[in-house]
Amino acid sequence: MNWRWFHRLGSPPYVYALARRLTPWFGWLSGLSMLAGLYGALLVAPADYQQGEGFRIIYVHAPTAWMSLMVYTTMAAAAAVGLIWRMKVAHAVAASCAPVGASFTFAALATGSLYGAPMWGTWWQWDPRLTSELILLFLYLGYMGLRGSIDDPQRADRASAVLAVVGVVNVPIIHYSVTWWNSLHQAPTVMRFGKPAMPGSMLAPLLIMLLAFTLFFAALLLVRLRAEILNRERTASWIPEVLKS
Amino acid sequence: MSSHAATIAAAGHIAPGTAGAADAGRLVLLRDLKLAFRRPGQLIQPLAFFAIVTTLFPLAVSPELSRLRAVAPGVLWVAALLASLLALESLFRDDAYDGTLEQYALSGQPLTWLVFAKTATHWLLTGLPLALLAPLAALSLGAPPQSLGAIVICVGVGTVALSLIGSVGAALTLGIRRSGVLLALLTLPLSLPVLIFGARATELAMRGESFVAPLELLGALAVLGVTLAPLAAAAGVRISLE
Amino acid sequence: MPHESLEAENLHLWRGEQHVLNGVGFALPRGTCLHVAGANGSGKTTLLRTVCGLLYAESGRVLWDGQDVQADLAAFHSRLIYIGHEPPLKPDLSALENLSYWVGVRRRVGRALLGAALERVGAIACADRPVRTLSAGQKRRVALAALSLLAAPLWLLDEPTTNLDSEGQGLVGTLIEEQLARGGLVLAATHQELPVARERLRRLELAA
Repeated sequence: MNWRWFHRLGSPPYVYALARRLTPWFGWLSGLSMLAGLYGALLVAPADYQQGEGFRIIYVHAPTAWMSLMVYTTMAAAAAVGLIWRMKVAHAVAASCAPVGASFTFAALATGSLYGAPMWGTWWQWDPRLTSELILLFLYLGYMGLRGSIDDPQRADRASAVLAVVGVVNVPIIHYSVTWWNSLHQAPTVMRFGKPAMPGSMLAPLLIMLLAFTLFFAALLLVRLRAEILNRERTASWIPEVLKS
Repeated sequence: MSSHAATIAAAGHIAPGTAGAADAGRLVLLRDLKLAFRRPGQLIQPLAFFAIVTTLFPLAVSPELSRLRAVAPGVLWVAALLASLLALESLFRDDAYDGTLEQYALSGQPLTWLVFAKTATHWLLTGLPLALLAPLAALSLGAPPQSLGAIVICVGVGTVALSLIGSVGAALTLGIRRSGVLLALLTLPLSLPVLIFGARATELAMRGESFVAPLELLGALAVLGVTLAPLAAAAGVRISLE
Repeated sequence: MPHESLEAENLHLWRGEQHVLNGVGFALPRGTCLHVAGANGSGKTTLLRTVCGLLYAESGRVLWDGQDVQADLAAFHSRLIYIGHEPPLKPDLSALENLSYWVGVRRRVGRALLGAALERVGAIACADRPVRTLSAGQKRRVALAALSLLAAPLWLLDEPTTNLDSEGQGLVGTLIEEQLARGGLVLAATHQELPVARERLRRLELAA
């Protein structure tokens, strides 16, 4: 199998140029799909018979929750690549993912709280999904904290990479234990993303929003990645050329 | 030069009687135990912390044993978790500081095994005493005397998992100034499953019901920790030596 | 004795933005000592640690006996001993206890041999005292005792003569000469001069 494409991805100038070319595509596509999704979510989908109009926040909550997990997995995968093949670009990708993932997690928590508040009567409940999201936020903060505490950039990359891999192995364990804990105490559970039960007019905007958020993440990642590469490679010879053009 | 010294001088061309991994692990364990007992004051500290934290709850919540009994499992486990965390800071720190860890990495012996030996010693010095002290704390919080044996077992197994999980954080935060809070931030989310299963097992034990299910889950975590944590911790140690 | 030799080819290493090792290479046949010289900050310690395998060189490789050491790092480690700036001694243990653990992790040695080694380096008086009560020079002598006990063909020494009086420095020279006579190799990083015979000494000058 021809692995040249993989090795090319290890070259910072190549990735920088690629990111630069791809960013507008992802940016525009995510903007368009976000508009389409919001149209479907706010205007086309019928209001839930139980929860009324407030239910529409699920169209932001579900994608952000899904993305928070997906970004962590991407971060851990990039970290593993960086650890095994010693690729600087992979570590740069992992570093770029972290703040974005943490923001998605925070958004998921905030929208989750807004979603549940009318039904619970309080702003917070120890629902298993929300609790897992909260713990995920702590995992992100721990990762960013570790990165920030180590001065040597290569050591920071590698130590946080080990942490990310350990974290991703733990996420399913944590989720399982939280669900188990919750089932014991019968706390109110409202986070049911009834996938098959949802009629098409409700499901379609959800899927579009999911796509929109994924494209949005890709665009954000590419922008952050370029900045990260520029910062890491600031003394390299290829930088002045690229900055001029 | 004495005849012994002459032997040393000639030792170069005698094939060295290399120590096996088992010998090396045993020596690491013995050295850490000996060092710990040279400073017995430091050994007591996590236990004293555990005792003090459990005392905080009756003072902060209520002295009524019936109320304390309800929260006792949680209090016991949170206190054990925090006490473990405090002790974890020193798992690798001294060895990293004086170059012993570097010698371990260069010894030709598997670093994963040596790291495991250190973590095992750490549990013997911290986790096991905590498990033996937990029944006393539980009694003070209203636990029935019949459950005390079960509490020792639950805390014992749980602290094994905690020591292993914590060893990863301790390795990754080596060399960072004032790493105590960061170590806690990294280790606590990863320790939550241990807390959940351990507290549930203790609660069932205190009620006199069968606590086998959560104990098995706790044991599974410990086994998973034994297989994976030393690998990650050894990787962390190597990274700290770079 | 196997024909062990040490080579380094075109080692490049960056620490952050600093290009610390810029194409460093050398070839060291058995029975020779390489004096790695250079001002502070020129990368002497970095070179030693890279040869050990503690640091990862972005390009280039280290060869032991003609084989890349990365292929079997554990085997390479069992053939070397590295002593850094500070001797790796635990302050709360005595010199004898430190030696028994340090050496014991790699090699089974009896108590008598440990005592004899300490006597050879002139540190027998310190044998039962906790290391934190010893002076820097005495600690370094204890480290030299470990050198003689571990019987490794490759020695990597960072500033081996620091803190030693002239007698101690002579001892270092003697130990190195004995090691070279056995067909061993020594890499010593120091900005002082090494008390080793000229014909067995090679020099590698590192520029900052």
